[in-house]
Amino acid sequence: MTVQGIHGNAERSALATVRQGLSLTPEFRKGLGVTLALAVVATVGKIIVPIAVQQTIDQGLKSGRPDVAYITWAVVVCAAAVLLTALAAYVMNVRLYKATESSLATLRVRGFRHVHDLSVLTQNSERRGALVSRVTNDIDQISSFMQWGGLMIIVSLGQLFVATVLMLVYSWQLTLLVWICFIPLMIALPRFQRLLSRAYTVVRERTGDMLAAVSESVVGAAVIRAYAAERRTAERVDKAVNANRAAQTRAQTIVGFVFPLTEIVAAVAIAGIVLLGVRLGLSGDISQGRLVAFLFLVTLFVSPLQTATEVLNEAQNAVAGWRRILGVLDTPPDVADPGPKGVELPRGPISVAFEDVDFAYPGGAPVLREVSVRIPPRSRVAIVGETGSGKTTFAKLLTRLMDPVAGRVTVDGHDLRDVRFSSLRERIVMVPQDGFLFDGTLEQNIRYGKPSATREEIALALTELGLADWLEGLPAGLDTPVGQRGESLSAGERQLVALARAYLADPDLLLLDEATSAVDPATEVRLARALEGVTRGRTAVSIAHRLSTAENADEVLVFDAGRLVQRGPHAELVGQPGVYADLHASWVSAARS
Amino acid sequence: MASKVTSAVMRQGLRVLGVAVRTEKAVFALAVLASAVYGGMTVASAWALGWATENVVLPAFAEGRVGAGALWAGAGFILGTALLKALGVAGRRILAGVMQYRMQARSRRDVTKQYLRLPLSWHHRHPTGQLLSNASADAEAAWAPLAPLPMAVGVIVMLVTAAVAMVFTDLVLALVGFLIFPAIAVLNLVYQRRLSPLATRAQQLRAEVSEIAHESFDGALVVKTLGREDLETERFQRRAHELRDANIAVGRVRGLFDPMLEALPTLGVLAVLAVGAMRLSGGAIGSGDLVQVAYLFTLLAFPIRALGWVLAELPRSVVGWQRVQAVLDATGSMDYGTREAAAQEAGPAALEVRGVSYAYGEAEVLHDVAFEVPAGRTVAIVGPTGAGKSTLVQLLVRLVDPDRGAVLLDGADLRELAYGAVASSAALVPQQTFLFDDTVRGNVALNLDTPDEDVWAALRLAQADGFVARLPEGLDTRVGERGASLSGGQRQRVALARAVVRRPRLLVLDDATSSVDPQVEAKILYGLRDAAEASTVVVVAYRMATIALADEVVYLDHGRVVDRGPHEELIERCAGYRNLVTAYEREEAERAAIEVAGVTGEELEEEIEKEIAGEEEEVSA
Ligand SMILES: Nc1ncnc2c1ncn2[C@@H]1O[C@H](COP(=O)(O)OP(=O)(O)O)[C@@H](O)[C@H]1O
Ligand SMILES: Nc1ncnc2c1ncn2[C@@H]1O[C@H](COP(=O)(O)OP(=O)(O)O)[C@@H](O)[C@H]1O
Ligand SMILES: [Mg+2]
Ligand SMILES: [Mg+2]
Repeated sequence: MTVQGIHGNAERSALATVRQGLSLTPEFRKGLGVTLALAVVATVGKIIVPIAVQQTIDQGLKSGRPDVAYITWAVVVCAAAVLLTALAAYVMNVRLYKATESSLATLRVRGFRHVHDLSVLTQNSERRGALVSRVTNDIDQISSFMQWGGLMIIVSLGQLFVATVLMLVYSWQLTLLVWICFIPLMIALPRFQRLLSRAYTVVRERTGDMLAAVSESVVGAAVIRAYAAERRTAERVDKAVNANRAAQTRAQTIVGFVFPLTEIVAAVAIAGIVLLGVRLGLSGDISQGRLVAFLFLVTLFVSPLQTATEVLNEAQNAVAGWRRILGVLDTPPDVADPGPKGVELPRGPISVAFEDVDFAYPGGAPVLREVSVRIPPRSRVAIVGETGSGKTTFAKLLTRLMDPVAGRVTVDGHDLRDVRFSSLRERIVMVPQDGFLFDGTLEQNIRYGKPSATREEIALALTELGLADWLEGLPAGLDTPVGQRGESLSAGERQLVALARAYLADPDLLLLDEATSAVDPATEVRLARALEGVTRGRTAVSIAHRLSTAENADEVLVFDAGRLVQRGPHAELVGQPGVYADLHASWVSAARS
Repeated sequence: MASKVTSAVMRQGLRVLGVAVRTEKAVFALAVLASAVYGGMTVASAWALGWATENVVLPAFAEGRVGAGALWAGAGFILGTALLKALGVAGRRILAGVMQYRMQARSRRDVTKQYLRLPLSWHHRHPTGQLLSNASADAEAAWAPLAPLPMAVGVIVMLVTAAVAMVFTDLVLALVGFLIFPAIAVLNLVYQRRLSPLATRAQQLRAEVSEIAHESFDGALVVKTLGREDLETERFQRRAHELRDANIAVGRVRGLFDPMLEALPTLGVLAVLAVGAMRLSGGAIGSGDLVQVAYLFTLLAFPIRALGWVLAELPRSVVGWQRVQAVLDATGSMDYGTREAAAQEAGPAALEVRGVSYAYGEAEVLHDVAFEVPAGRTVAIVGPTGAGKSTLVQLLVRLVDPDRGAVLLDGADLRELAYGAVASSAALVPQQTFLFDDTVRGNVALNLDTPDEDVWAALRLAQADGFVARLPEGLDTRVGERGASLSGGQRQRVALARAVVRRPRLLVLDDATSSVDPQVEAKILYGLRDAAEASTVVVVAYRMATIALADEVVYLDHGRVVDRGPHEELIERCAGYRNLVTAYEREEAERAAIEVAGVTGEELEEEIEKEIAGEEEEVSA
């Protein structure tokens, strides 16, 4: 079995990454030509001032006395051009924002959906926070690049280009001078960027450490108090916070030194222009207006180079962001939905068969070996075995959270791999070991099992499960808030809600994996009986350490070290020497006086 | 009304800035100094350019020659001002960063210390996500205006110098400046006012999108087992689209104002040229002055926006600061007394619970609970789900303080004991296991310098030595977020080892073996009984084997002690208790009876119904 982790590192070149990223977002490419044309118009606007200055000095002041009419005319034309370019910039900006935000929203939602489509094992190969980041921060980085950095690259290059063209028109010697001044800086910039990018990487890592340390003091609040570990935690937090601050300051110091370099270079260029320009002027190679215009043109070099390190850094982050979201989308769901061509199971009693099933977690030793068993329709099956014997793994294969390494699992004769998810998830529902609840009310959480259920149906479901009394005991009843992950309920109550949620989904096969381990015995017995009544005619599989479940089952499956070692009704197994008899003996001595 | 609100925000915002300035006086003074150098030199650089034009360029063209002295002086002025300006910029940026990050770090440390100081009941009332963002995003937002603050102060210097310079150059040209620059400042202020609420909303939505993704991925197993991927995607998509629209709204405002802010100074330069031409023709100014003013306009266009940045950040800053402050101002911190742990340093502790009540918010879940545990004894707390057992055990080790009544350890009220005294005497293994993202050793030893043999001994007692030895790096294996790389039963056993390694004088177990199979559980219990000679034990349990270890049972229901006494007595006289602990036995007995009688399924169901009804009467009686 080949379960991958999620892709996401440099398997693909930057250009290929961007190309593929853009190919996934048609919204962005649509009308991009017009947007770029507008960007060019907006950029050309930058050289209006130098041209106006040059015209004023050379044409307007030519005769020694200012030609006010000419200057006024030139100023009006230039002002009109300024307004036009501003308008172009506005339209371009709005188009760009719409296109990028729409395309990134699409990408975000696709990424989110894909994460849910990945198999449990793939999902678990990455920390939750990192997974969340792939559909949030990573995409935000792309968006800030597309709206600022990417645009800056175009605008900056355009700015340098038009400035250079105009400079060449005015004087090739001075143009050469300006470029000679700036070229060393341009060569050094990527180096600075690498320095900065490394510094920012450190900042990100330290920020992560800081958040982890702070979150420990919140999430672990109870344990910290119980063991008086406040000082240890505070020390860790202080260390992490200070390391984060030091990293931030270091990055800022690099920026602080790199940023003004451009101004110094520009000043050198300007001084050079004055020195050389005056000589050129003396030999009649340049007019004074053009010379002054050069001084203004040099300022056009400053902002592109000043922002270059940041832009390059953003570009790098954006490529990394794209890699990470593409990494999600490129990871094939190894437990995939067969889609429309798959089998739809009709509702009704359901049978399951394992045929020579083997399973191993990726990179691990075999966990299930040659498991073959048939669970007939309408039967009640209990699964028992020591911790780590493979019971949960069996349950995950039965609900197709994972696929077997060898052999197959069938429902009503169809290989599970051929059954549509929509049909499978409707008919087979598992209640996992820990009852995860969403932050909301009791009602909202139970309704999760059947979105169309009314409040009455929900109350009825709880009554059918014998939980009406419990519900009445809650001050806010169905409106009781359960808190994050359900943590405002007691552990047992959380399990009751998780069970009710699955029950409301009304599956044909209900699978309970230690689903009532924190519930008191009286409630558990009552619940078991109620379930027995209401699931009559359906298939029920339960995994439990409390062997009362096994005693009541039609059949008991006994697992030991990954093998199905015994099967049969309780009455039969308890008499034979073996794993079950031992388990039962220790259960009896544990449960009875 | 609205302007009143914003001016209040502005006032508060300036107060927040005042706090930072007072805290980091020296850094702030230096940053402002650097920024003032920057501001002054920006104006000076325009002046140097004008001087060079007037004294070098124009004479050269007019007279056809130029003095070497003037030439080099011009170049020198230009370079000199640029160098000083660069130094100013570097100093300003670095020092602003130092100040901002120091304030951030200070808030973060203070907030976290407060988290550690405040009682658990306070934590219960505040969602985790909120507390995390108080320490990260809010601390960041509170001090965000510090980054552009020195620059803004420098800009003010710059504007004043520029105004003086312009007035000296030419009053009429200065007038153009006095029109344009306030216009830029006002436009920028309008811009930031319009942008700020939209940006805040986008920020809020970004947090919500992230929260949904977090919760949804956290519950991925539930989503999968119920096949609710579509529902989740819809939920996420709704918020993602709101975020998209909010971002586009931000983009519209940015897209409108940014080009305007860029066009305005350009129009200013053009106005200077037009007006300047007239002044030139009147002979009021020279061409060098014209160049100087025009150049000044191009230089000032950008920095003047810094004022707007500071003002724009203020509302967010105020909100962030208030949230941080709310944590820092939270009262009800857990106070400690001065008494050290009781006299007999070794040996089991005696525990007394005296008329204790406790409420989560309004809902009281424990009412007047009282019992005592003599030193060295074992007491089992038994009760139905939701009875308040986990709440009660939190009181026993002073994770929370009772609203009424008291818990006494060796006769001393827990509240009178010194910090650390309770933890050094008592250890709780909670029902909900929490492991740190640390190694196995780190999780067991926590802050103690425990030798490895003791760690292993504790793991052995918790029946965890076997699997820990098989882990790839043994004690040094990291267990992952919340112990994710271990199975539920394994996590519980590590948590158990964490408690027993301290050789507590009072050991409190809250259903601490629920994920462990009966055989392993039995081994743990025997081990504990042998080792527990030195401990008083309070155990929350459902299983008879565990209860059987207890000298006395406290039966808790709906937050009240219904009855207490030895198991044998309780089972006789307390119906609720009997009903609870014998549930499995009766279940089996009834089944056997039914099987013997050969009843059909339907009859069985009726039988069960009657049985349930009967039980309920019995309980309520
Ligand atoms: N996600 C996983 N990755 C690697 N090994 C696992 C994982 N989950 C379970 N295992 C291993 O598989 C074996 C069987 O586990 P499981 O099926 O959970 O047992 P049970 O439910 O019977 O307690 C155990 O040895 C366990 O350590
Ligand atoms: N953090 C909390 N916030 C609000 N109510 C809570 C919280 N924790 C528990 N409760 C409520 O208090 C009652 C007792 O809970 P608990 O002590 O955990 O019960 P037990 O351990 O006996 O099952 C329950 O009704 C539960 O819903
Ligand atoms: Mg399991
Ligand atoms: Mg509990």
